[in-house]
Amino acid sequence: MLFESERSGDGLTLRLRGGWCIDNLREIESSLAQLNEQGRHVKLDFSGIETLDLSGAWLLRNWLERAKHAGGRFEVVGERPAHFAFLDELLEHKAAQPGEPAPGATSLRDAVVWIGRGAVQQGIQTRDAVGFFGRIAATMLRSMRSAHHLRLPSVVRHIYETGIQAIPIVSLIAFLISVIVAYLGAQQLQTFGAEIFTVDLVAISVLREMGVLLTSIIVAGRSGSAFAAEIGVMRLNDEIDALQSMGVDFYEVLVVPRLIGLVIALPLLTIIADAMGLAGGALLSSLLLDIQLSQFIPRVQDALAPTTFWAGLIKAPVFAMLIALVGTYRGMQVRDSSRELGRLTTLAVVQSIFLVIFADAIFAVVFVELDF
Amino acid sequence: MSESRQPVISVRNLVNRFGKQVVHDGVNLDVMPGEVLGVVGGSGSGKSVLLRTMLGLQRPSSGEVRIEGRDITQMSDSELLSVKRRYGVTFQHGALFSSLTVAENIQLPIREYFDASPEALESLTELRLRMVGLPVDAGGKLPSQLSGGMVKRAALARALALDPALLFLDEPTAGLDPISAAGFDELVTYLHRGLKLTIVMITHDLDTLLATCSRVAVLVDRKIVVDTLDGIMKNPHPWIQEYFHGPRARAAQAAV
Repeated sequence: MLFESERSGDGLTLRLRGGWCIDNLREIESSLAQLNEQGRHVKLDFSGIETLDLSGAWLLRNWLERAKHAGGRFEVVGERPAHFAFLDELLEHKAAQPGEPAPGATSLRDAVVWIGRGAVQQGIQTRDAVGFFGRIAATMLRSMRSAHHLRLPSVVRHIYETGIQAIPIVSLIAFLISVIVAYLGAQQLQTFGAEIFTVDLVAISVLREMGVLLTSIIVAGRSGSAFAAEIGVMRLNDEIDALQSMGVDFYEVLVVPRLIGLVIALPLLTIIADAMGLAGGALLSSLLLDIQLSQFIPRVQDALAPTTFWAGLIKAPVFAMLIALVGTYRGMQVRDSSRELGRLTTLAVVQSIFLVIFADAIFAVVFVELDF
Repeated sequence: MSESRQPVISVRNLVNRFGKQVVHDGVNLDVMPGEVLGVVGGSGSGKSVLLRTMLGLQRPSSGEVRIEGRDITQMSDSELLSVKRRYGVTFQHGALFSSLTVAENIQLPIREYFDASPEALESLTELRLRMVGLPVDAGGKLPSQLSGGMVKRAALARALALDPALLFLDEPTAGLDPISAAGFDELVTYLHRGLKLTIVMITHDLDTLLATCSRVAVLVDRKIVVDTLDGIMKNPHPWIQEYFHGPRARAAQAAV
């Protein structure tokens, strides 16, 4: 305890002692709680306090004021503690500005306000999104017309960063996944003695679906997040405002080059993924099924319709646009805080992967209907 | 609080070099208890490096830095922690945590070190806000909702969270309008007087220097020159002469 009580002839004296400083916060609190129980007419002696810092003085003073308010009578023996004068001055000269009223209990009114605010926010967001895509379309058109507006060096940089640098990981994953598919497929097909169809399985699934889908998902994780984070940090640093103040269209220098870069890079990555997938299939076939390369290649050519390759590749630019648009859009939405940056970067990746898969589903239905 | 005349901070033969570039070459500095020491110097003179070294964020190439008699350059990280607990810092751009409210920013160090009840936390937060002259409802705001002057005050409130005896202020008035800057100077003087804080202030602002500091340390030629305000103005070094007697300086002095 940070005090001791002493009963003498004319009443109770509370002698405070020890360290009334922020290091003993818990002890101060419990001591103050116990002081409350000591009665209402007491003498306080502060002289035994060894160390007192402003926090301790503040808590002590607040307690004293509250106790006085509640009808306690205190007589201070000896000197008032240090810092009390400072606090007196503080409270006197810097009278508390009225704080805003604490939010009351939730009521029906709050619920209506909440829903209304949410609806308006959604409306604004939708409008912003439409505006964003419209601006991009307009900027794209302008970029197509003149080389200056195209920002070629920037486009090339993004092709390098989103495409060339992604080649190792995309190749590796395409290779491994097709090995897995071939391996599991071969196990099933062998029971029918139809292991040669493993080749068909690998070739069609890789070229039509898996090559492009896997590549897009990897790129969404790699580049979608990078787009959102890069643009988001630029927003936090007011760099976007700086660009705008110079009359530089940031859609033109930041958004469109990323979009064009990715639209070029993703199909090329898809072709590499397709090739690596087929290589994986070929390797497994020769090791496990004894189907040599000289057999594998003609079998692939038989299995594929002329459109199979294109049915996969044609989706790549569309997926690229989805990834780039979502990434840059979410980056542009970053405001004010580092938490926003994290939230929107996450959102960019999640949404672009979702949209890619959703679009892939639509493609699948359309291609089946078209017999493509 | 004992008023011993032992320096709070004592820097001896401090050398900092990065590659071939020598930033400090034998810097000596004593900060006495209860004084406000201004640190000035041209861009690139190593003010920030000196600050980071004194904060223990960066180990010097050689030399020693004693805070309250203990050499922080030789300390382990856990020992350093007990020193860090003794001082408060405000950074140039506030460095408030942008995802936390002002109140949460102030409470963060308290929560980190002590086990406090919510009521005590709230009460101590209110005290810090009052101390720096912020309205109590500013506690619920996010840093992005504050003006530049309020950010500096909130940062000061956070620096004061643990009742430090020693305060480092890095460019406290940079980027403020003259009225806010003067208000901040007044605040620093008020807190210094009321709490007997020891304050080390890095500043470019001559007005702030004249208004608040009792002694001035000037970083020139990789060394440091420390003197009273009057003394340093008479120092013949060309940079110091230019700093204190150039056209901008004359205007500032005329105003005081």
